[in-house]
Amino acid sequence: MSKKIPKIPEEAARAGMDRRDFIIRSVKAGAALAAAGGLGYFLYDPAGPGPAPETSSLALPDFSIPEAGKKIAIVTGPDRAKSVNSGLKAVGGIETFIKKGDRVLIKVNAAFATPPALCATTHPEILSELVRLCLAAGAASVAVTDNPINNPESCFELSGIGEAARSSGASLILPKDSLFSNLTVPGANFIRNWPVLLGAFQGVTKLIGLSPIKDHHRSGASMSMKNWYGLIGGRRNIFHQDIHTFIRDLALMVKPTLVILDGTFTMISNGPTGGSISDLKKTDTVIVSTDQVAADAAGAVLLGKVPADLPFLVKAEQAGAGTTDFGSLNPVRVTA
Amino acid sequence: MKITIIRRISQVFFFALFVWFCIAATFGQAMWQLRGWPVNWFLQLDPLVALANLITTRSLYSGLAWALATIGLTIVLGRFFCGWVCPFGSIHHFVGYMGSRGRKASERIDVNRYRRAQKIKYYILFGLLFAAAGGLIAYFCELSGLNPVLPVIFFLAVAAIASLSAKSVQGATKISTAMIALAGVSAVGLFGRLDGVVAASLQTGLLDPIPLVYRSFNLVLLPLSDSAFHFTSTVQRHYGATWLIGSIFAAAVLLNLYIPRFYCRFVCPLGALYGILGRYAIWRVGRKSGKCSGCRLCDSRCEGACEPGEQIRVHECVLCMNCLHTCKDDLVGYHTFRSASGEVTDPDLSRRGFLVASLSGIAAVPLIRIDGKLDRNWESTLIRPPGSLAEPEFLNRCIKCDQCARVCPTNVIQPDEWNSGIESLWTPTLNFRTGSSGCQMNCVACGHICPTAAIRPISLEEKLGRGPFEKVGPIRIGTAFIDRGRCLPWAMDKPCIVCQETCPVSPKAIFVKESFVTVRGGSIDVAGAKGAVIELARPTIQADRFGTGDFFVLFDSGSSKMRKRIVSNTEGAITIEHGADLSGVKNIELQVRLQSPQVDPERCTGCGICEHECPVSGLKAVRVSAEGESRHRKHSLLLK
Repeated sequence: MSKKIPKIPEEAARAGMDRRDFIIRSVKAGAALAAAGGLGYFLYDPAGPGPAPETSSLALPDFSIPEAGKKIAIVTGPDRAKSVNSGLKAVGGIETFIKKGDRVLIKVNAAFATPPALCATTHPEILSELVRLCLAAGAASVAVTDNPINNPESCFELSGIGEAARSSGASLILPKDSLFSNLTVPGANFIRNWPVLLGAFQGVTKLIGLSPIKDHHRSGASMSMKNWYGLIGGRRNIFHQDIHTFIRDLALMVKPTLVILDGTFTMISNGPTGGSISDLKKTDTVIVSTDQVAADAAGAVLLGKVPADLPFLVKAEQAGAGTTDFGSLNPVRVTA
Repeated sequence: MKITIIRRISQVFFFALFVWFCIAATFGQAMWQLRGWPVNWFLQLDPLVALANLITTRSLYSGLAWALATIGLTIVLGRFFCGWVCPFGSIHHFVGYMGSRGRKASERIDVNRYRRAQKIKYYILFGLLFAAAGGLIAYFCELSGLNPVLPVIFFLAVAAIASLSAKSVQGATKISTAMIALAGVSAVGLFGRLDGVVAASLQTGLLDPIPLVYRSFNLVLLPLSDSAFHFTSTVQRHYGATWLIGSIFAAAVLLNLYIPRFYCRFVCPLGALYGILGRYAIWRVGRKSGKCSGCRLCDSRCEGACEPGEQIRVHECVLCMNCLHTCKDDLVGYHTFRSASGEVTDPDLSRRGFLVASLSGIAAVPLIRIDGKLDRNWESTLIRPPGSLAEPEFLNRCIKCDQCARVCPTNVIQPDEWNSGIESLWTPTLNFRTGSSGCQMNCVACGHICPTAAIRPISLEEKLGRGPFEKVGPIRIGTAFIDRGRCLPWAMDKPCIVCQETCPVSPKAIFVKESFVTVRGGSIDVAGAKGAVIELARPTIQADRFGTGDFFVLFDSGSSKMRKRIVSNTEGAITIEHGADLSGVKNIELQVRLQSPQVDPERCTGCGICEHECPVSGLKAVRVSAEGESRHRKHSLLLK
């Protein structure tokens, strides 16, 4: 690559060559100077970096359907598939919520790498049925996602959620790093410029929360609102220091189309992981609602609790996320 | 006056100025201390610092603009900096000259011949610059992904430049290589992103001579030479990792005894950059005419090993001007035309070598970062100075000059070794045991001396969380944790709380829990009591031990338990403060009043003064680690 300029034997010829070479060289040197100066001028930063930004302009869309109204159905029955069918019919039918061409995201609770029988995660049977109903209603696609506590691949496979999603025609969105973006929820205390699984919402038009009803030692109960914790990234475990306020933040962040609570079995002890059949109680209930606060208030009954026992319910209600008085929504009680 | 004399004056002047800056970088009010002296000036003149920072941050921070002056002069004059200004170069020049004394001219000619290994420094330069370019590559890739038109436009532009300018086959080869690389990156951008794979790390400071010489003087030579006088510091300054810093400096200097300017010729990435920048220099050293006896005396004092008598290697010439005078026939000059005997303008780099160097640079960063030290496996013992950027951004800027460690009045800022990751070598970390105190609350010296804003130039208001920063709160560099197994009150029932007393935060971040604990063997039978004097049944206690004011007697006064402070004691009797009736008391308990320290994490800033002062002087009973540091939300301990 070296460029060797040969000797010039003729002194006379040299003068002309030198002049020409000098001019070319000067032009190149001048261009280099101008390039360095220009680059320096445009990229000059007298102040240096400032403190990290406090907010982000990103937000989650509102997936609720106001025309559908505030509704809640409480279904009694031992069969999850039948129960969720009856529940959806009772709140107006799946067609009210899922239109032809909709892209549906189902946020399951896949928090732990445990088998479905332990009911620490969304049960595959209810998931399969919900996916089937959405596709039957004309949904263009159904995706299932969560950012679990245990290793994601293990959680989706061992809970049976992965297989249920695949066999029923839904896709699975695993929580890749690239899917998280920083988000600020207006009015939230803690979700400010915080990583959220926004990438899973690409193109999504409807959002359904599908979670079990579980005892939770820190917050008292894990149901629909607590389930949104699985959309949060980063060092989210610090939020346990003020979990009720954080669950209220979650309820402000997510405005779902529907939430569905599976209380066919309720985890009444050793939550939220459970780990034994003896932690479960057969309660034969599925709750379907457009109001996540009302759904959780109704679910609390299965845990033997009232809203006053669960400060996050009261806080979410005060923040305008819904009502804890689910009776005021005239719940439709059916048996499947 | 001979031009070489003027060069020597210039070298002595700039070297003295550099040494002066090293001394003047002392925290204080005196005329000779840091009160406006431009102690960073050589770092700011260094175009490698500026260029590397420009590549990693896409910005040119404040004083780094000085480098434009050096770049401009080099483009016009050639590598003047190496031969006339560089303090490290002047050391090599001098030591190399001393080493050449006693050598015959033929030996000197031999030792100053050009060696192919001089190319290594260019490969070092490319390796370091491409390690810094990972972020830029990922950024370009991301842009292509966001807007697929961009790579097309870019491709066409490069193709146009290539077709217009590439007259020679070699030129076309270079441009086509670059074009293929960029097209590759664009193509990746259409399908995915590179920011998880390639990343930038600014490692030029490892070998950049200016940070190297600053580091060596400030952390090794100055503290060593000052240990006899204590002129720049009241107490001896200590720095970690200096065995390596000092050894590299010593090796670089001593190698001059074998080959003059060894470092400049074979290693120096800055010299390599100057060699490239000086390619079109208007003035250059060379032969005036073709008539030459071929005596090669011009090589005998040649500093750059650039073969001025033959086809001079312009990129190696450090403008020492010695050949202008060693030539007996006065055939060599510094002028605007090229050498009459021809020139080699390009360092003789192979495409293969360039690819290996640049790809190694790009690959080195992900290779290091796969260890997860910038992710969940972060090092909590790495405590950065207040105002430091988050770790990836910090590593994008820090040039390892250790000016912060030099200026830090308490000597707590230390060059890091490699336990927090090899990338972190010689970057600043805080060690609260080494210094004379912790990080001083009302001091922001490190951020203001930092030439690249790796440590931001924060105000006191921002550091302390006052005024406009009240809502954000103070800048935290970590959090103190009490080790209850080592703490005197917690583990050994000994009163202490030095940590609580020295905590500078108001209200204090360390508070105490008061308790009264019965001492070992402290349940004692009483023979009788007379006023404030209790006679013990057996003389079993150590005389004078319990009169310190921290000890109490607990007894049953009939209706309730009472506790009275012990004033003094002998082996068989205890005198307590007045106001108690011990008649009928059969048994007492000797108790110590303890105040056991606890940290309030909402107030603690991690300044480390508690750790420095803790009397458990080995492994301290209160230690600061980086949890809760402001610069990383992922390291948060608390909800704010």
